[in-house]
Amino acid sequence: MNAVNPISVGIAVIVNGVAQPTPACTLAAWVDAQGLQADALATAVNGQFVSLTQRAQCVLADGDAIVTFQPIEGG
Amino acid sequence: MDTTSNWTIGGRTLQSRFFLGTAAYPSPAVLQQAIAASGAQVVTMGLRRQLAHGAQAGDFFRMIKASGAHLLPNTAGCRTAREAITLAHMARELFDTPWIKLEVVGDEHTLQPDPFELVDAARQLVKDGFDVFPYCMDDLVSCQRLLDVGCTILMPWGAPIGSGQGLVNPGALRTLRARLPGVPLIVDAGIGSPADAVQAMEMGLDGVLLNSAVAHALDPVRMARAFKLGIESGRLAFEAGVMSKQDMAVASTPVAGQPILL
Repeated sequence: MNAVNPISVGIAVIVNGVAQPTPACTLAAWVDAQGLQADALATAVNGQFVSLTQRAQCVLADGDAIVTFQPIEGG
Repeated sequence: MDTTSNWTIGGRTLQSRFFLGTAAYPSPAVLQQAIAASGAQVVTMGLRRQLAHGAQAGDFFRMIKASGAHLLPNTAGCRTAREAITLAHMARELFDTPWIKLEVVGDEHTLQPDPFELVDAARQLVKDGFDVFPYCMDDLVSCQRLLDVGCTILMPWGAPIGSGQGLVNPGALRTLRARLPGVPLIVDAGIGSPADAVQAMEMGLDGVLLNSAVAHALDPVRMARAFKLGIESGRLAFEAGVMSKQDMAVASTPVAGQPILL
């Protein structure tokens, strides 16, 4: 989450432990590019929670670690 | 007819004192039937890190929401306060509830809560506006520390998670009840049979949270109902006032005025 760079030249992010190239500049764009329903998952970048409303302002940088969580059964 | 009185926890008024976990059922259909049979108005859920390009869990989540139960998401798997805080925020967004079952485990073999990380996490989450349901030990002082940082509910363990051992330290739970009379106490983890739930409720604990004892039963739906009845029975007995134990026999049939036959 470095300074805003509006022009993406393509970066590689680590998604749930797996490297993935992406042209997405922001976390919101990345979620959209995955075809995921925005409110069906929770996100964190480099260990910091990024809320649904903050994703559009969360600028991705090369090497950022994205983790996504989904609801599951639990005790 | 209601067998026990309504009660309030985390800002919500409930009739049931049974909190049911949703993991490890033979099928989603059995889980759905078990929730209905239990009468539980609160069910617990978890969060899982998605695999890359993994499927979404929308159907399961929709089914749970359709049950009408309040959702109590947990922070299972967390080992530090920092992890638990992050997961709690994710849970609040995904499940749209300020309730969080705060789990911070300190030992891999017993899954015993780490009281120090737990207090640190609870302190921050209370500041962040959560209703924190801490899964904690039955130790009075560590429970008091959770209250000191703003928790208003405690969930002491009965025994290690999934062990089915029942209440391994009933004396500690009685101490909590006696010393923290106004604090909702939900016994969480280790319950094996409905008899354990009855025991907890007769002590005056406010509710029971369990998962494995139902999910691992031969017939989870019937077991869910068995626990429902046990929890209601135990609560009713507590409200009615269980007699105190006596060292010696005390005749129940009046003897005064009986004719001397021999």
